[in-house]
Amino acid sequence: MAESTTKALAPRERERFERLVLVHLDSAYNLARHLVRDPDDAEDAVQEAFVRALRHFGGFRGESGRAWLLAITRNTCWNQLEKRRARLAQTEFDETLHTPEPATPSPEADLDRAMAADVVRRSLDELPLVFREVLVLRELEDLSYREIAEVTGVPAGTVMSRLARARAHLAEVLQAKGCVA
Amino acid sequence: MTELSHREVRERLSAHLDEELDPVASAEVAAHLRACAECAGEAARLGSLRTTLRGHLEAHAAPDPLRARIEVLLGPTHRPEHRRSFSWKPAAWAGAVAFATIVGFLLARAPIDAEQALAQEVVSSHVRSLMASHLTDVTSTDQHTVKPWFDGKIDFAPPVQDLAPQGFPLLGGRLDYLDGHPVAALVYGRRKHVINLFVWPRSGDRDPHQITLQGYHALHGARNGMEYWAVSDLQASELQSFVQELGLASK
Repeated sequence: MAESTTKALAPRERERFERLVLVHLDSAYNLARHLVRDPDDAEDAVQEAFVRALRHFGGFRGESGRAWLLAITRNTCWNQLEKRRARLAQTEFDETLHTPEPATPSPEADLDRAMAADVVRRSLDELPLVFREVLVLRELEDLSYREIAEVTGVPAGTVMSRLARARAHLAEVLQAKGCVA
Repeated sequence: MTELSHREVRERLSAHLDEELDPVASAEVAAHLRACAECAGEAARLGSLRTTLRGHLEAHAAPDPLRARIEVLLGPTHRPEHRRSFSWKPAAWAGAVAFATIVGFLLARAPIDAEQALAQEVVSSHVRSLMASHLTDVTSTDQHTVKPWFDGKIDFAPPVQDLAPQGFPLLGGRLDYLDGHPVAALVYGRRKHVINLFVWPRSGDRDPHQITLQGYHALHGARNGMEYWAVSDLQASELQSFVQELGLASK
């Protein structure tokens, strides 16, 4: 990555950065993994996000370093997906239209745990990006609606309706796969 | 209180589940759910979706190489260097003697209280290590880097082993103080959780004993000439298997 040449932080700033931002590295990576869905791409997106975070850290006055970092990470993920989509444009690949091959539907209710986990993960992966991100931020990262609004750049009311639709959609998919009560 | 239609309730169920409705709206939805089996069923369905998601979805922790690359981006750390030039030996011996005396005294009088007091100290130290951006003095996943780092800083060689294959990757080590004497703090990860393992010499074995304090679990025992405290916000069962994987407790 050409952008990686960043000026190192002064000791006091570094300490502040560690305390406010670096502690949320796992959250950033988790979000990236669920958005770009590939381990290597996720690492690239997070590293890129930290390059940007370092560059703009001087101007950071917010309260939540976590929401700030996740917003930056979310943007680098979107950019990366955009680039990927452009690369694949020749093959008419469109993420919103593209549906991965569905997991084998199982009429049996006795899916074992590993299989159930796999079905849940794949079902989430197949959701449209805007649904996926609100669900990950809410269910895995435990963010409030206000924080999710900050990360995704939409009003809290939109967060609320997106989450409702995302859940309804996912519940239907999982039910069809025999995976939820 | 206004009566809500089914449609209005359905629209708000998701936010109700997240406790993001204002108190009035929340009370309205709750009232409707008590009276309407159909909507209550829908609410239960959302609740079980949440359980399924949280139970089955993995929260991915950042891989160590990524963490290392980002550390490099941040530039060098400027930790105080005085620790390196200061010899712990006399202090450690004095501390060990004082500690042994105090512990002996306390154990004779009130063993439970002594353990509780130490547990409080262990938990405080764990919490401090997470807050003060001072989790590790030596950051490495390599046991052959972490172990020699303690040479000359403490007068014993703490057992250091990476448990990455078992799902408890070694993150590094730190010098810490407990009950007035320097101890080795070994830091391990488990998903997004951090485990501090405090170690110092002590003769005699002791089966692990669990203490829960302020929502943290601590396991305290002795094995192979070392006393140890493992502390984390992990579930007690996971902490137990951590201690077993280290060979500090029988499986």
